[in-house]
Amino acid sequence: MNDVDTTPVIEVTDLVRVFGKRTVLNGVSFKIHRGETMVIMGGSGCGKSTLLRHIIGAMKPTSGSIKIFGEDITHMDERELASIRRRFGMLFQSGALLASMTVGENVALPISEHSQLSDDDVDQIVKRKLQMVGLTGFEHLKPAEISGGMKKRVGLARALALDPELLFSDEPTSGLDPIMTAVVDKLTLELTRESGMTALVVTHDMTSAFRIASNMIMLGRGSIIAQGTPAEIRSSPNPEVQQFINGEADGPVPLNLSQDDHEHRQHVAPRPLISARGRLSRKMP
Amino acid sequence: MKNYLNLNLSLLYWVLVAPFSGQFFKIAPIFRQMVFIGVRAAPMVALTSFSVGVTLAMQAAHSLQQLGAEIYVPDLVTVTLLRELGPVLIAVIVIGRSGSAVAAELGTMKVSEEIEALEVMAINPIRFLIVPRFLAMLVMLPVLTILGNYVGFFGGWTVCHYALGFNTAGFILRALESATTWDLYSGLIKSAVFAWVVITIACNAGLHVDGGAEGVGQATTASVVYSLLAMLVLNAVLTGIFFFGS
Repeated sequence: MNDVDTTPVIEVTDLVRVFGKRTVLNGVSFKIHRGETMVIMGGSGCGKSTLLRHIIGAMKPTSGSIKIFGEDITHMDERELASIRRRFGMLFQSGALLASMTVGENVALPISEHSQLSDDDVDQIVKRKLQMVGLTGFEHLKPAEISGGMKKRVGLARALALDPELLFSDEPTSGLDPIMTAVVDKLTLELTRESGMTALVVTHDMTSAFRIASNMIMLGRGSIIAQGTPAEIRSSPNPEVQQFINGEADGPVPLNLSQDDHEHRQHVAPRPLISARGRLSRKMP
Repeated sequence: MKNYLNLNLSLLYWVLVAPFSGQFFKIAPIFRQMVFIGVRAAPMVALTSFSVGVTLAMQAAHSLQQLGAEIYVPDLVTVTLLRELGPVLIAVIVIGRSGSAVAAELGTMKVSEEIEALEVMAINPIRFLIVPRFLAMLVMLPVLTILGNYVGFFGGWTVCHYALGFNTAGFILRALESATTWDLYSGLIKSAVFAWVVITIACNAGLHVDGGAEGVGQATTASVVYSLLAMLVLNAVLTGIFFFGS
């Protein structure tokens, strides 16, 4: 924690990803240092999710490099990737809890899989993590029995279960009420400021974004259109940025798109889940 | 097809190679799957086998009576059940009941990002989800087949005893005399092979679901259809090898 290590936690260099003829990510570069909270924003289909999937190693870039903890993950095999993945946590947009397990088992899963702790110790950690997200006593419910916002908070507890050095959040506050949003934001701030965790947050929620960000990136059509501290972004002269952060219906980003435009702009690939190494891809024969 | 082979290879790796490099799979989930795949299917297997045993005996009696050879009814029932109908029928039940359920469950997990979440937590989905189902099926399908054989014999016995006037000892003696242990083993080998094919097809279908609820439905159908076809074709091939080869 107290080393004066200046290697960025995440370093993305000239990331390019092409799906067929469409360039989804076009030369994205940025760095995130220890203890920073980077917020990535941008309209739907601008490549945010694709970017995140590349950084967690679920997809491979066409060109460019991604370094996490100073190691290039773009050429790693499954096992090396797994050792990197043990050091970060990820909160999925839907929570992505395992429906067949209880809330407690979900949070305990990464701990019992990756450590040799006794069941009692694991229980203690699970209780503490659930308490952090305001869900004390929910251990025995199934994900189907709790609300969407609660699922997301359980997802956050699970992402934090192993005290990761790095946290990825995909829309952590969508679907949460304003109070819970504040709780989650406060938690992120505490973790980054006090225990030196680094966070990368993808969000649409501007209040929350300006509250937690130490740096921000705005993506548009696959490249970075603005980058800087919250203050710099707020005073950005770029009309597209202003339209986005002020939430105006019409502006440089037009309200109506024709089908053609849409196909041109909509860069979202059919969600290629699972790892991109073809081990588990596509359909049955 | 490539996916299917890949799945088989990684399964073999996780079952046979990984435990020796210190990456053990857990035992508890295997038992959980065994209860689901095997124990819960037992009543259905029993009922089906009983009906088939009864039907077999009645049809055999009908034909053999014309030759005055009713005495051979137990022979026919035992050998047919052990060699063919036992393994095939139980596999059909398990495909319809457990294969489809596995495909649908894994498909739903894929669609709701659960499998991706596992990968990001550095938990290999093959080890965590597929290995327990695979091993459970590999054990339980032959076990169910043995159960089915017993209940089928019982069905045959009811017909012989109550309609054809066999006494119980006579039925058992005839049955034991006609069947060899190879009849039993060949049936069990068949059901182990079916188990492998059925569970890998179901898992493969589930893991490669695309596009929401509709995709899950299609994958489930595909898993049942392909499993049935593969199972029946393999049955013909194996019968050929076991009983027609030499």
